[in-house]
Amino acid sequence: MLKIKNISTFYGKIQALRNVSIHIQAGEVVSLIGANGAGKTTLLNTISGLLTPASGEISFDDQSLKGLAPDQIVKLGISQVPEGRQIFFHHTVLENLELGAYLRMQRKNRDEIDQDLARIYRLFPVLAERKKQLAGTLSGGEQQMLAIGRALMAKPKLLLLDEPSMGLAPKLVREIFETIFRLRKEGTTILLVEQNAGAALAISDRAYVLETGRLVLSGDARELMNDPEVRRAYLGKDYGEVWD
Amino acid sequence: MKRDAVIWAALTLLVFTLPAFVHSPYYYSVLIIIGIFGIVVLGLTMLIGYAGQISLGHAGFFGFGAYFSAVLTTRFHLDPWLAMLVGLVATIVLAFLLGIPTLKLHGHYLAMATLGLGMVLQIIFKEEVELTGGPTGLTDVPHLKAFGMVFASDQKFYFLVWIFLLVLYGLSINLVHSRLGRALRAISSNQTAAGSLGIPVNRLKLLIFAVSAGYASLAGSLYAHYLSFVNPSPFGFLVSVKLVAMVVIGGSQSLWGALLGAGLLTALPEFLAVLQDYEMLVYGAILIVMMMFAPQGLAGILAGLHEWVKNRDHKKNAQA
Repeated sequence: MLKIKNISTFYGKIQALRNVSIHIQAGEVVSLIGANGAGKTTLLNTISGLLTPASGEISFDDQSLKGLAPDQIVKLGISQVPEGRQIFFHHTVLENLELGAYLRMQRKNRDEIDQDLARIYRLFPVLAERKKQLAGTLSGGEQQMLAIGRALMAKPKLLLLDEPSMGLAPKLVREIFETIFRLRKEGTTILLVEQNAGAALAISDRAYVLETGRLVLSGDARELMNDPEVRRAYLGKDYGEVWD
Repeated sequence: MKRDAVIWAALTLLVFTLPAFVHSPYYYSVLIIIGIFGIVVLGLTMLIGYAGQISLGHAGFFGFGAYFSAVLTTRFHLDPWLAMLVGLVATIVLAFLLGIPTLKLHGHYLAMATLGLGMVLQIIFKEEVELTGGPTGLTDVPHLKAFGMVFASDQKFYFLVWIFLLVLYGLSINLVHSRLGRALRAISSNQTAAGSLGIPVNRLKLLIFAVSAGYASLAGSLYAHYLSFVNPSPFGFLVSVKLVAMVVIGGSQSLWGALLGAGLLTALPEFLAVLQDYEMLVYGAILIVMMMFAPQGLAGILAGLHEWVKNRDHKKNAQA
């Protein structure tokens, strides 16, 4: 579905991605793990068109994304839930969700959009309770749910999730991961960027490990969870525990 | 939406009942100028308050419309309505030409570009003597005519200007509450997130910039026909600043607030003629005070008062 070949991306002179290649098949949940500054968000922003790669190719459903603006990429079916949620504080919850469906917001699609709204409310009942409230008054967890709901309103074929658990209380983190798990069961294809590597690997099919802009490991999520290097570097198991 | 519709209806009522009480041509002339600036400010509010972009050259677009009407009707004897339309189209084209490169940039580049454009237009108005009459300007701009009526008297022109304003106000209300308006507010609150949802950020900013320039152009044409005279002085940089001040003082997130700002800043100098030399100083001071204490402008203050009264009544009822 998504094929990335030898991508390099720069911020000015600083190279953030070095010849990264990944691929995602329809129906898969793939996670991208790595430390701060490894290039995870850069890779997502390159896919969604917010950043332009210096070299390499990205194709989605066999169509090249080269030179496409972010709104055209959304139109092809890739939606991003940006890091730090980035919801519109001065819009109501409902308006935020409707903005997610911006590209098909026409009268003739009204029924379909209402059905999608109902689906989001089933997924996140708290959003239904608060639909008239300004989004800025939601708690952090609710804002994250809203950000995910808003991206789903675009009916993406591929959902890019950037650090959905960032800054949330442990209980809410669990709730967010349960939601991702439910989305996976519904057949949504997801590329997940996470610092919480353990939780991410537990709900993923496959994973890639990024280190300072390079791809260092990839494979089946379960296998990676047992990989000694991954356990040491990302799952917080110390040497003693790994070697014993 | 509902509140805006109510305010629109109330304003319409006011516009048509006011002539029963106002008889002096002087007051009509003040009301006409308020209406003309009101039209410019309606467009500018959509740009500043909803799309989050600042233009420091709107007096230039205002003048562009005025000069198109004046030049085409006096030198080429075009029908005044047709001249107004040509001016409108030309202004929108100009706004697109300026907006396409500058609106791609983040930050306040549009403010800088429009500042420059305003100054260039001012120079053209002054130096193209053959066409514009130079610093002395053009006289004998013909009156507007419609349905066998000549809009020559102040009272008749008052109706014309305010009907224009009411129509454009209604149009703006619709625009602001449409999918487009919501998308614009999304852009001003978080451009990156708006883009990530598939909102064509640059295209919408460009569109609203062109619309606001169009409003200014129409107001300029009306201005030229009202005074039947144009010269470069009312279209300079200081007027652009005054227009922005009207928007900010009135409340940049509110269309009716902006109309209030236009009314206040047009009427005040008329009554405070003593301060004439210090006009800019006074605007500057008001702007600073508003930014510090009432960033939502007069509209924000009034909305706050309304809340306060409502809460007080609630409390009273609760105690009783």
